[in-house]
Amino acid sequence: MKKSIKLEDLDCANCAAKLENAVAAIDGVQRVTVSFMAQKMILEAPDDRFDDVLKQVVKTAKKVVPEATVIL
Amino acid sequence: MTKKQKKLLIRILVACGLFAAAFATEKLTDWNKYIYLGLYLVPYLVAGYDVLLKSARHIGKGQVFDEMFLMAVATIGALVIGEYPESVFVMVFFQTGELFQSVAVGKSRRSISSLMDLRPDSATVVRDGVEEEVLPEEVCVGDTLLVRPGERVPVDGTVTKGASTIDTAALTGESVPADVGPGDTLISGSVNLTGTLFFTADKEYGESTAAKILELVENSSLRKAKSEQFLTRFAKYYTPAVVVGALLLAVIPSIITGDWKDWVYRALIFLVVSCPCALVISVPLSFFGGIGGASSRGILIKGANYLEALADVKTAVFDKTGTLTTGAFTVTDVLPAPGFDRETVLALAAQAEYYSEHPIALSVKKAAGTYEAPADTQALSGYGIEARTEAGTVLAGNAALMKDRGVAFAETDENGTAVYVAQNGAFAGCIVINDTLKPDAAEAIARLKALGVTKTVMLTGDREAAARTAAEQAGVDEYRAGLLPQDKVAIVDELCRAEGKRETLLFVGDGVNDAPVLGRADIGVAMGALGSDAAIEAADAVIMDDDPAKLAAAIAIARRTKRIVRENVVFALGVKFAVLILAACGLTNMWVGVFADVGVAVLAILNAMRTLKNQSSADGSHASNRLRQT
Repeated sequence: MKKSIKLEDLDCANCAAKLENAVAAIDGVQRVTVSFMAQKMILEAPDDRFDDVLKQVVKTAKKVVPEATVIL
Repeated sequence: MTKKQKKLLIRILVACGLFAAAFATEKLTDWNKYIYLGLYLVPYLVAGYDVLLKSARHIGKGQVFDEMFLMAVATIGALVIGEYPESVFVMVFFQTGELFQSVAVGKSRRSISSLMDLRPDSATVVRDGVEEEVLPEEVCVGDTLLVRPGERVPVDGTVTKGASTIDTAALTGESVPADVGPGDTLISGSVNLTGTLFFTADKEYGESTAAKILELVENSSLRKAKSEQFLTRFAKYYTPAVVVGALLLAVIPSIITGDWKDWVYRALIFLVVSCPCALVISVPLSFFGGIGGASSRGILIKGANYLEALADVKTAVFDKTGTLTTGAFTVTDVLPAPGFDRETVLALAAQAEYYSEHPIALSVKKAAGTYEAPADTQALSGYGIEARTEAGTVLAGNAALMKDRGVAFAETDENGTAVYVAQNGAFAGCIVINDTLKPDAAEAIARLKALGVTKTVMLTGDREAAARTAAEQAGVDEYRAGLLPQDKVAIVDELCRAEGKRETLLFVGDGVNDAPVLGRADIGVAMGALGSDAAIEAADAVIMDDDPAKLAAAIAIARRTKRIVRENVVFALGVKFAVLILAACGLTNMWVGVFADVGVAVLAILNAMRTLKNQSSADGSHASNRLRQT
């Protein structure tokens, strides 16, 4: 399953890169791209585990980029 | 500027003033150094209190290699070793850089949407005879809408009442107004020029062309270019490496030489340049700008990766019909038999074809202009048409028809489709019909060659003779005729394999029947895609109108963007490494360090933003000149 997630106040490009790396390392994430310009994340994970993975992603985002707000 | 940005600007200005006051006081007086520390702490905190707060929060989450944290360490370190002005300056300059970055990014995000200039502000719905202004998103399929002169069409629809002229410049980059009336389709994003139109909404806003295009351009930054991926990977190692270097530099030589202050100072310079921000921000910003600039010219590129690939095109493969040729048939030659003239032959044929809607019949009727209706016509399947007219019995058809009726005729060997015409059993002449080349096809090919595209190939399902003529007229190097769709995929595949490592292949088609070929090519371009969802879906890049000259423009934009990206990478990396080396040797100071960090980021961003501007001068195309004149 593929989901587009909006990231508000993702202010620095390096943070976007770091977030992408951190999310890619989460178990179950098949593909992830974070665009700093579009302030968006496209997340791909297996359907049956998607909600679990998504929870992990939100947690990671809070840790890596505390100033950004994840809008699901 | 947003509220947040304005607040930061005021803080920076206040901090600058306080900093200057503290600096002057220090120079003019001779007090205890802790008084000066206190004086410098005021501007330091005014400028950087949020950096300290954020870094505390980040470190609480275990983010050691965080730019805020490293900046905090560097400036606090400088305060500890007594370099007060340096510390304040670094903090103020760092914040200036942050502000600049956020303004620049916001500006380019906005200018993309204004470049595109597609988003309608409102829609006027007519319900029970009452006009009502609503948001485009609120329009439902089947609603009757009204669009006045000067207004933008909010959703795709069909005209029900009224007549007007429509400008699609925002979609295609070319202002060629088109006349519309009842029954015609309206595409969202175009502008109504002359008369009020009533139309029925065929799609909701989100499904309409304007919204789709905006979404496509915005999401293009999600498909990252190779250079961007490389930098992201590089950034992952750069910061930890520099921080470790700083630690080593602060500890080892200090133990050996005992000169703690000097070596810690050098290490702090390392921390100041430890953020790869300039690189990480300027590259996607450049690609974003390049894609935005191309969009405003009616060239949609679906990702930074495709823009990057476009810069390296060495082989260009074209589909013939609809891409290099107009796809509409026209009369290219009339060969009257002795005793007949051109007009008579055309008029006779047009009379015979009077009731036919076949493309060939249409082209004959168009060439003939005025002609009378026949008394009766009879279609002879596989041969042509027999008509009874005031001028007698007219036959119009192929050679087999002439032979069948025993007409003595001269067979032509010209390329194209021949229509033979006979009047009362006597051969009147022959009309040659061809699918004509687009007027600017040859010029487009020539410009691609001038840009260094070494191989141009035309593919077609047509007969050899027709293919040869088109290929010669267009000036392509090679052509392959008589192909089935799967043959085209095989040929593109073979050509892709033959490419060098840094060379790419471009395939241009109409995007309707050639989806597999578009997919196989490095960059599949669909042409004349305005209003065709399928084409926009299948291709990697889309040319909204059907001007082949835009291919060269797209490549020129891609090259320019790539050059700017390369400039930024080389410049930013060069300056950073130079500062690292100088700092390790003790040949520089913190002022230079912060310039290497923030100054380079600002310059790289300014350079990146060039991709948004002056697109027209990038290739000097006639299309942009035309726009400028209007």
